[in-house]
Amino acid sequence: MTVVAKPVTLTPDSAGTGADSAGAAMTDAEVHRIRNDFPILGTEVNGTRLVYLDSGATSQNPLSVLEAEQEFYEQRNAAVHRGAHALAVDATDAYEEARATVAGFIGARTDELVWTSNATEGINLVAYAMSNAALGRGGEAARRFSVGPGENIVVTEMEHHANLVPWQELAARTGAELRFVPIDDDGALRLESAAAVIDHGTRMVAFSHASNVLGTIAPVAELVGLAQEVGALTLLDACQSVPHLPVDVKALDVDFLVFSGHKMLGPTGIGALYGRAELLNAMPPFLTGGSMITTVTMERAEYLPAPNRFEAGTQRISQAIALGAAANYLRETGMERVEDWEMRLGERLVTGLDAIAGVRVLGPAAGLPRIGLAAFDVDGVHAHDVGQFLDDRGIAVRVGHHCAQPLHRRLGLTATTRASTYLYTTTDEVDTFLDAVARIRAFFGAR
Amino acid sequence: MGSGLEQLYQQVILDHARARYGSPLQDHTGEGTTGESHQLNPVCGDEITLRVGVRDGVVTALSWDGAGCAISMASASVLTELVQGLPRDEVISLVDSFREVLRSRGRIEADEEVLGDAAAFAGVSRYPARVKCAMLGWVALEESLLAANS
Repeated sequence: MTVVAKPVTLTPDSAGTGADSAGAAMTDAEVHRIRNDFPILGTEVNGTRLVYLDSGATSQNPLSVLEAEQEFYEQRNAAVHRGAHALAVDATDAYEEARATVAGFIGARTDELVWTSNATEGINLVAYAMSNAALGRGGEAARRFSVGPGENIVVTEMEHHANLVPWQELAARTGAELRFVPIDDDGALRLESAAAVIDHGTRMVAFSHASNVLGTIAPVAELVGLAQEVGALTLLDACQSVPHLPVDVKALDVDFLVFSGHKMLGPTGIGALYGRAELLNAMPPFLTGGSMITTVTMERAEYLPAPNRFEAGTQRISQAIALGAAANYLRETGMERVEDWEMRLGERLVTGLDAIAGVRVLGPAAGLPRIGLAAFDVDGVHAHDVGQFLDDRGIAVRVGHHCAQPLHRRLGLTATTRASTYLYTTTDEVDTFLDAVARIRAFFGAR
Repeated sequence: MGSGLEQLYQQVILDHARARYGSPLQDHTGEGTTGESHQLNPVCGDEITLRVGVRDGVVTALSWDGAGCAISMASASVLTELVQGLPRDEVISLVDSFREVLRSRGRIEADEEVLGDAAAFAGVSRYPARVKCAMLGWVALEESLLAANS
């Protein structure tokens, strides 16, 4: 890859992305400089400049991430944790260094971070480990993961299908009951109901940290408190939080946490599961095979401790290394600053959409906390048509149910349009988007 | 703005999307035989329930209920106007012609003599993500004709 050096002028107004700039708030000037690191943001779509407002679905990659992957294949490509040759050692070092980087990024110990393909696989890993425990796998030490008839699993009504369907399947396999914490008409979790839903039969409470549709942040402390009171495990779907705000797993005090690399400037095919060390080391494996064993006979096998116990087969090495580079990029920019910038963009999105006749924004009203994301309904115009209209102007948004059909049904909708930001989104882009949305109902003749 | 948008959303399509000829669903049990089909596009949630009445091999009644984008609703409206009173076999070949145009990625021109207002959907063929929207009602028609035949 040819890397074009870009002249960077640091001014007091546009502090650099170095850690020493952690205090200064991000500005459009800095964002414009950040955009130089993302080649795809300079491309044209339908004859106009791309306005990418779909980072909630997948984010774009900075050069440092693309280069990390390329450099691995050019200079270090080898299978990790096996072989005595120099490349294998080099590859293993880079792979494990990436694990330490990503673990550190969320405040975890290195041995508490398991690589997965994505968050979906992380949730399935825990759900299958639990049903394996219910079948007696893992012995006495794994009893706390067991779930069965008379017991229950709790999710919320706003979950992404990834944090719903695996639990439906776990309930069906084990005879446990699947319950949910309901939401009110504005999409807020009904905490008073949570206290009744979570009871002494609850074995797992799984919920999203930041909603991919509503943009709300869950009351983690309250839900974790309720779960801990009854001895239930907790799992946080952090797909929309780890990329956009500072996350410290120890402060959140959850047992498990999952996220996807491609939503945080990394490549597809890589994600991670955080689990408290004593839990991971007691949990039976999900996928089994090579690289996760100690001794194998024709009859049985002994397993490695975490995290390797959960990483069967040849791993996603270049992707893990690239995700490490992504975490470094975010750390150097400063997650507090990213959060602050995106909250301001989110506020601008909601305020602007609220001002357009016939547009209804889902989730919290303007002025209330929300990440840089807004899903909305345009009266008389289907979301697919809204998305097509915006695409014609080079504006990329997500349309549909955003993998949250039950939530949409609860709010009386089948499909909405969602604009989502990232650290490379400018206020100009938000304004371009708002200007386009304001023209949609007239184009379609909506009355 | 690219000129593509007006090619996709031609006025006749926008008009049909609002008019929704054939909606809501009616009871056609007075006809010789009836057939019904429900189609759902899981990607966007568009759905349609379409019912036909067939008497002496001719489609004599057609109605539907649906929710979805302008393309899918307009397409169902257009087909309602197009196929009523046509022999069943002719309707089936019409569905085939429509499908052929839509899957052509803009390579096959729509014959207005044959497809009437439905020819306006030729522009959809350049948007692969929207072909299923335009086909929704037509697949429902095809299946309800099969049901009416059995």
